[in-house]
Amino acid sequence: MEEKILTKLFGLKDSHTIDVYLKHDGYKTTRKVIMEMKPGEVLEEVKAANLRGRGGAGFPAGVKWGFVPQNIDKPKYLCVNADEGEPGTFKDRYIMNHDPHLLLEGIIIASYAVGIHKAYIYIRGEYENVALRMEKAIEEAAARRYLGKNILGKGFDLDIYVHRGAGAYICGEETALLESLEGKRGNPRMKPPFPASIGLFGCPTVINNVETLSNVPFIIQNGAGKFTRNGLLKDGGTRLFGVSGMVEKPGIYELPIGTSLKDIIFKYAGGMKKGKKFKAVIPGGMSAPVLTADEIDINMDFDSLVEAKSMLGSAGVIVIDEETSMLDVLKTIAKFYSHESCGQCTPCRIGNAWIRKIVERIAEGKGKPGDIDNIHRLAKNMLQKTLCPLGDAAAMPILAITEKFRKELESYIGN
Amino acid sequence: MNPEYSDIRKKKIDELISGYPERRAAILPVLHITQKEFGQITSAEEKLVAELLDIKPIEVHEVVTFYSMFNQKKVGKYHIQICSNLTCTLLEAGNLLEYLQNKLGIKPGETTNDEKFTLSTVECLGACEEAPVMMVNFDYHGHLDKKKIDKLLDNLK
Repeated sequence: MEEKILTKLFGLKDSHTIDVYLKHDGYKTTRKVIMEMKPGEVLEEVKAANLRGRGGAGFPAGVKWGFVPQNIDKPKYLCVNADEGEPGTFKDRYIMNHDPHLLLEGIIIASYAVGIHKAYIYIRGEYENVALRMEKAIEEAAARRYLGKNILGKGFDLDIYVHRGAGAYICGEETALLESLEGKRGNPRMKPPFPASIGLFGCPTVINNVETLSNVPFIIQNGAGKFTRNGLLKDGGTRLFGVSGMVEKPGIYELPIGTSLKDIIFKYAGGMKKGKKFKAVIPGGMSAPVLTADEIDINMDFDSLVEAKSMLGSAGVIVIDEETSMLDVLKTIAKFYSHESCGQCTPCRIGNAWIRKIVERIAEGKGKPGDIDNIHRLAKNMLQKTLCPLGDAAAMPILAITEKFRKELESYIGN
Repeated sequence: MNPEYSDIRKKKIDELISGYPERRAAILPVLHITQKEFGQITSAEEKLVAELLDIKPIEVHEVVTFYSMFNQKKVGKYHIQICSNLTCTLLEAGNLLEYLQNKLGIKPGETTNDEKFTLSTVECLGACEEAPVMMVNFDYHGHLDKKKIDKLLDNLK
């Protein structure tokens, strides 16, 4: 049986309360860290575990923490990315709903390692009920002295605040998140400087995804070695695969990194809905290039998916059946990105708008020869030409669909 | 008349602002509370928020117009937002949107004459395992079909 790092308490009655959490060794790791460990030791353990970011980019968390300058006369901040806007992704909602204290414990340990005394959980605005649950958990933890001033009497201070977004996909991008948290429009910043040196309110800042931080207690409690034994040496631990679309059992599956995509769809998620035929799958949230039937014999880890010219991203797996038209899929994707482009960079603002117009025209039966080439060209012209990854996030799935399903798309265009 | 917050919300706002080193950082939480209090964010509410946060009304307006959740005009008592993203459309959300339009007699972005319902489409709500999904105010409703929508709407008084 696979080991559960993140979903151990899921399904238990009142798993979100501190009483249940404490009964299952909750905050034991916080005690160990605060009472017995030096910040540097925590950092080294997380580095050794090679914990890669679960938000999408896969950057090692320990390395990120290590970039924060230590001898500096400014406050340092932790921003928890709970914006979860990538279509097909719902894992962070599960963690926060079912085990909010696991996330809080991850935040406490990360903050201790980096010397942070203020953390903000930036949670998407629609998750109002989830935000209330997190606030309640913070209150519970503070009442037991795991948060606030002089935690466990050892002189370490930490306050955590819940900050709700207000409906903008772009705010999941880390620098847009910072702008938004500062009370501005969520327009991404130019990098460098990177947030580790100049981030929130001009101060050194760590930004980590909910799932990333929720792995930290396990790593510290059990050691990096045990973490990497789940999954792969270079890419350790488990992932919360969120399977949705045309499968019998959509849901969250915690499985070791490197589990086969075919197994995720056909074994864990129960196979195709109502026995329909498989057509394609988006393996890592909508920005991840689509894979076809002959490409799903693949291990779900960062590097294997890069090799297949797709990405593991947020591990949101969207399954598409034979009856679905790829033009409809393309239309939904084009609508989404043109709506969510912040408008700052011309290739993304104009490119996405044009792609949407052309795709919608084809869907109305007014397609013209050359349309697919134009969509492809426009998408290509967005790649690597924008301040933030949204341009690429739009271009990659659009390029993949126009390349892999060209024939089908052409069939919607008359002569 | 200028809008005013209830005492309890005013207290909550002061508490919120104290969590940030700069007052304007509290703008999104404050706007959420403002929308709860007044139902909408028009120029009158923007002015109020600007005074609270020591910024100019135009700076509030810039923020209000960037994010999709702030209603710049009044919405109905129940704001129905149905997901129009990929997983939901694979599972027939498009047909359900049409059904809602016919049932309520309004198009997305419109409010019924009795001001009871506003209908909108929305991007991915992060609940794809329950697709098709919609929000009624802040409550999520998943695994929707026409029957479920009928029952849900009938129960909204």
